[in-house]
Amino acid sequence: MGVGDRPEEQYGVRLLRPDGVLVEHPRFAPLLGAEDLGSCYGAMLRARRLDEEATALQRQGELALWIPLRGQEAAQVGSARAALTSDFMFPSYREHAVAWERGLPPLEVLRLLRGGTHGGWDPMAHNLANYALVLATQALHAVGYALGVQLDALRSRPATLDVARTAAGNAIVGRPRIEEEAVANFTAKQLLGHPTIERETKGVGRPDELVGRPMKTPEGAIVGRPRNTGDGSGTAVLVYLGDGAMSQGDANEAFVWAASFGAPVVFFCTNNQWAISTPAARQSRVPLAERASGFGFPGVRVDGNDVVAVHSVTSWALDRARRGEGPTLVEAYTYRMGPHTTSDDPTRYRPADEEACWRALDPIDRLGRLLAADRGEAWFAARRAEAEDAAARLREDTLALPDPPPDAFFDDVLVTETDEARAERARFRAYQESFQA
Amino acid sequence: MSTRTLPPVNPTTTAPPAPSHRPAGPGPSGPADPEPGRAPVEGLPATAPLARALGAALRDALAADDRVVLLGEDVGRLGGVFRITDGLQEAFGEHRVVDSPLGESGIVGAAIGLAMRGYRPVCEIQFDGFVYPAFDQIVTQLARLHQRSGGHLRMPVTIRVPYGGGIGAVEHHSESPEAYFAHTPGLRILTPSTAADGYLLLRQAVACDDPVIFFEPKRRYWERGPLAAPENPPLPLERARVALPGTDATLIAYGPMVRTCLDAASAASAEGRSLEVIDLRSLAPLDWPTLTDSVRRTGRAVVVHEAPVTAGLGAEIVARLTDACFFHLEAPIGRVGGYHTPYPPARLEKAYLPDLDRVLDAVDRTFSC
Repeated sequence: MGVGDRPEEQYGVRLLRPDGVLVEHPRFAPLLGAEDLGSCYGAMLRARRLDEEATALQRQGELALWIPLRGQEAAQVGSARAALTSDFMFPSYREHAVAWERGLPPLEVLRLLRGGTHGGWDPMAHNLANYALVLATQALHAVGYALGVQLDALRSRPATLDVARTAAGNAIVGRPRIEEEAVANFTAKQLLGHPTIERETKGVGRPDELVGRPMKTPEGAIVGRPRNTGDGSGTAVLVYLGDGAMSQGDANEAFVWAASFGAPVVFFCTNNQWAISTPAARQSRVPLAERASGFGFPGVRVDGNDVVAVHSVTSWALDRARRGEGPTLVEAYTYRMGPHTTSDDPTRYRPADEEACWRALDPIDRLGRLLAADRGEAWFAARRAEAEDAAARLREDTLALPDPPPDAFFDDVLVTETDEARAERARFRAYQESFQA
Repeated sequence: MSTRTLPPVNPTTTAPPAPSHRPAGPGPSGPADPEPGRAPVEGLPATAPLARALGAALRDALAADDRVVLLGEDVGRLGGVFRITDGLQEAFGEHRVVDSPLGESGIVGAAIGLAMRGYRPVCEIQFDGFVYPAFDQIVTQLARLHQRSGGHLRMPVTIRVPYGGGIGAVEHHSESPEAYFAHTPGLRILTPSTAADGYLLLRQAVACDDPVIFFEPKRRYWERGPLAAPENPPLPLERARVALPGTDATLIAYGPMVRTCLDAASAASAEGRSLEVIDLRSLAPLDWPTLTDSVRRTGRAVVVHEAPVTAGLGAEIVARLTDACFFHLEAPIGRVGGYHTPYPPARLEKAYLPDLDRVLDAVDRTFSC
């Protein structure tokens, strides 16, 4: 069975069909307004263009490595926009569009992949952790952070920053409209002004479209645990991991801890079908979202190429976390259109027709088809021009990046540099300078 | 006492700065206890077993700063398998003294996340041989996040690990894994040998903004000693202590082997030989000025640890001291430690562990050159 023959259910919750038609779902409604959809399109197009530029820069020897995100724009932009600025995000290593959505300058990711730093940015400036290259380690960090959020409530004063609710916000466009209840702000009709909805009637409970039916965390499991404030104003944690990382012990420990403590965390699993050359089928015999029920919390598969559905499902999951209802696993079903990294050659392990099938499901084309109904070519051309400008700026900034000073690797090993480290650095400098004489 | 050319760097003589991501404004702006170890050890007698000193340190750290959180297997209701955390959950609640799910990677990984949120977690790994599931989180994450974040994140995480043999235990309960961690940049490693250092070093570890692996010599848990540090002001956390001054040779030891070396020195003294015993206290960084000063005076040295000699901490110490003291040495520096085998079953451990005779044998060899 080719990809194109897959039953529609396989893709999980879907609100925007590949042909650009919005459809209704029994549980999830679109939460993005018309303006947001346009903004999402611009962000996704820009992410793809920056991704192409970065690949080119790697090929030209300007980056040590690039990790392409092509095909995953909707999964990244849709989920990132579901988060509030006060929420804390833990990326894996392909979430460039997530980072950019959080307001991190695109250059910061390239600084890392050019080889100037192993991370570099201040996680607290954008409520965005540094990349984690060791698979699933970040899932435990996210759970620990979420436990800290719970403890804040107990301490009745913030351990860190309430100020972050607004601090990072000015950098972020298209912020989620839901802050209280997971209800739609718009019906699809209101938001588009013309009937693109295929089914006019509300679906009546077809939970079979949900892989891993949402359920309430058993109350007994988290009794007495300090809760996020019940009004949903608390902080949630959103952590990204891939289909390969789901096989790691740390992912499973993170699920155990999160469930046990009812931690306000959303595990966002980007199932892009391939862990380098290993197909997702080697990681799991059941849909990954179904794993959650074994740990005692809901798991939902969502069409990862549908930015509307990704945003709605992630918003719902984050809202659960903020209300103190515990963790959720979201599996975004998508496809890594490019190689694992610029060092990889996917033609050695996967058929070209698979890529072709997924190309027909492209997340940007899909949203473009929806928007084309009421936006003209000039609007699309303007978005393309913006993306081109951003790419040109990124290239210029990357080429202008200075190399770090030669002894930079001695920096920040410990908070207080030891006598021994100071002496070793001094010997290194003296040795380096001996070549200058 | 030794003299030093450089003043010691001591992160605890001044209040450690608040984590960089903490906002100005209401709320605590730094540790409430800027000089841990200076506070009187209230409610305890003048002497106590090491285990009680460690418990008192944790109790005082929890009381001094409500960002301190304990995590570990069986640390709450049970008080830990060695009862170090006895009574702490009752006193501070189940949310600050957390009985964790079983999973060492989870304990350390969650502690990292808590530290990112502004907390100061203290983890307990139940036994030395169970630290390996957490090895990845310690080595690839905890030790590197400060640098990875460009210095923006601090990881004030303390990981307590009961270690060493001599208690008649089954496999994985008697090991000395400190060299794995000493090899890793970005970690501080402390190990007390006395009740006074148990209290002082653990308070300093919790107050320290760097990650600290805190090795506790479990076979010395119930050895009693004065609780007050002999020095005033107390030694900084990265200083070694001359546990016994001497003139003829230097014994360099830490944790459980300090007592063994003091006993050896006492026996040697009966034979008219004066041995100096240095208690390292900090395994990373090592206090080179104190070590080189002693070895340059005595001209002879033996390094003693329970861990296998092969690629052990002694190898590093000997190499560095040979380099720094070459023209003062009367003999090659000796090493006494475990053999290059898995730690043996309990009925064989007496033969495996360094003891007074093996230490004195090694000292004799330094005099027979």
